[in-house]
Amino acid sequence: MIQMNEVYKKYPNGIMAANGFDVKIQSGEFVYVVGPSGAGKSTFIKMIYREEKPTKGNIMVNGIDIAKLKSKRVPYLRRNIGVVFQDFKLLNKLTVYENIAFALEVIEEQPKVIKQRVMEVLDLVGLKHKARMMPDELSGGEQQRVSIARSIANSPKVMIADEPTGNLDPETSWEIMNLFEEINSRGTTIIMATHNREIVNTIRHRVIAIENGVIVRDEQRGDYGYES
Amino acid sequence: MKARTLSRHFRESFKSLVRNGWMTFASVSAVTVTLLLVGVFTALMLNMNKAADDIENDVEMNVYVELEADEQAVSTLEQEIERLTGVESVDYSTKEEELSGLIDSFGEEMALFEQNNPLRDKFVVKAVDPRQTERLASQIGTLESTHSVEYGEGKIDRLFSILEVSRNVGAVLIFGLLFTAMFLISNTIKITIVARRTEIEIMKLVGASNWFVRIPFILEGIWLGIIGSILPIAAVSMIYYNVYEYMEPRLENSFIQILEFSPFIYQINALILLMGVVIGVWGSFMSVRKFLRV
Repeated sequence: MIQMNEVYKKYPNGIMAANGFDVKIQSGEFVYVVGPSGAGKSTFIKMIYREEKPTKGNIMVNGIDIAKLKSKRVPYLRRNIGVVFQDFKLLNKLTVYENIAFALEVIEEQPKVIKQRVMEVLDLVGLKHKARMMPDELSGGEQQRVSIARSIANSPKVMIADEPTGNLDPETSWEIMNLFEEINSRGTTIIMATHNREIVNTIRHRVIAIENGVIVRDEQRGDYGYES
Repeated sequence: MKARTLSRHFRESFKSLVRNGWMTFASVSAVTVTLLLVGVFTALMLNMNKAADDIENDVEMNVYVELEADEQAVSTLEQEIERLTGVESVDYSTKEEELSGLIDSFGEEMALFEQNNPLRDKFVVKAVDPRQTERLASQIGTLESTHSVEYGEGKIDRLFSILEVSRNVGAVLIFGLLFTAMFLISNTIKITIVARRTEIEIMKLVGASNWFVRIPFILEGIWLGIIGSILPIAAVSMIYYNVYEYMEPRLENSFIQILEFSPFIYQINALILLMGVVIGVWGSFMSVRKFLRV
């Protein structure tokens, strides 16, 4: 599904954020990516949806080497990958409904399909009754759920989450994790970068630990492993 | 592209114009000023070109025939001149015709010369390319039965080089102005893009194609260009109308003519509009490019 072979990434300022990543993630897996700040977690994640291009090596996603993918083709790769961020990235002048519909409009989906799909994902994240509200009328957890609904609206095979609980209180974080579990159980591969030791140690999944651009640990059902 | 998508792009581009009202105003004014200058300059330059062409086309030479040349020699000379490359027309006039021309313009006193006509038979020769006049003149000068060739020696060259320089100066000025307007539009679009940064980021993340992101901004550039060309078109039309009304009767008998109000005014207005659109499209293209490189 996702495979990195000898992947190197050197930024223009000389920092080696990836020093030979070699990793294979199967379809349907749930993977935590942990490690100190600046270790290369974000680079690891960004290279999967081609926000960053590796300096060397190849990255196979669904059988396509995205390191060699023409930038013109990148939008089509992204349609198979949902991305969730710490800061939600919602459009504040659009309603909850419109925010999700926007993601489908820009890939030129049929209006009929959009309507149906938006209600489906809103139902899944439990916010159907708040469809007409504006993002700033919602709590942080609800906003994150809207952004999750948006990321899965076009049924991507892979979901990438960069510190999705970073701005949320513990209780809300658990709600979000339950949602991820639910999405994962429907067959979506999830790759999640996190600093939340409690979550990683409680909901056990594969853990990839990155330090100084190197994968130092890769365990099925691993733990967080860092003292906080 | 689907009609639904296209109408969305149109909506978005108009919304952005309104939302960034002051920037829209600023760049529309910049385009207006530029196109106004460009329009006036172009109208001036095209008329100068026209005048230059008129002057050039008026250049001809007089070839005087030797007195002792008989009819046979004259027609040989005519054939020889016609055979030279680059000759457009050769008109023959006898010394009698010349004299009656003089009598017509200077009065009966000239009739004195009818007893003993001091003039020569002559050919009036025109070159296809007026710049070739000098070469032709020296060639004709070597022909048998040619007494002398007269044309505005020296003056023609000066005239041609002055016309050449003025054409180039005008072209450089126009390019400079267009470049400035492009730069201003490109800056406006850049600011509207910054205002919509999150939106574009999300569009890119969920897989909107590059053209999908780009088109609303390009449309916005086109609107800026079109709105900016309204005033210049009105002003240039009005100015030219008045200039034409003033100049036309005064140039009636001159070989230099001002360009006809119609179709010239339609051509120049089309040109202004086209330039507005082109600088709008180009300006927005330049500024979107950077933001699409994700």
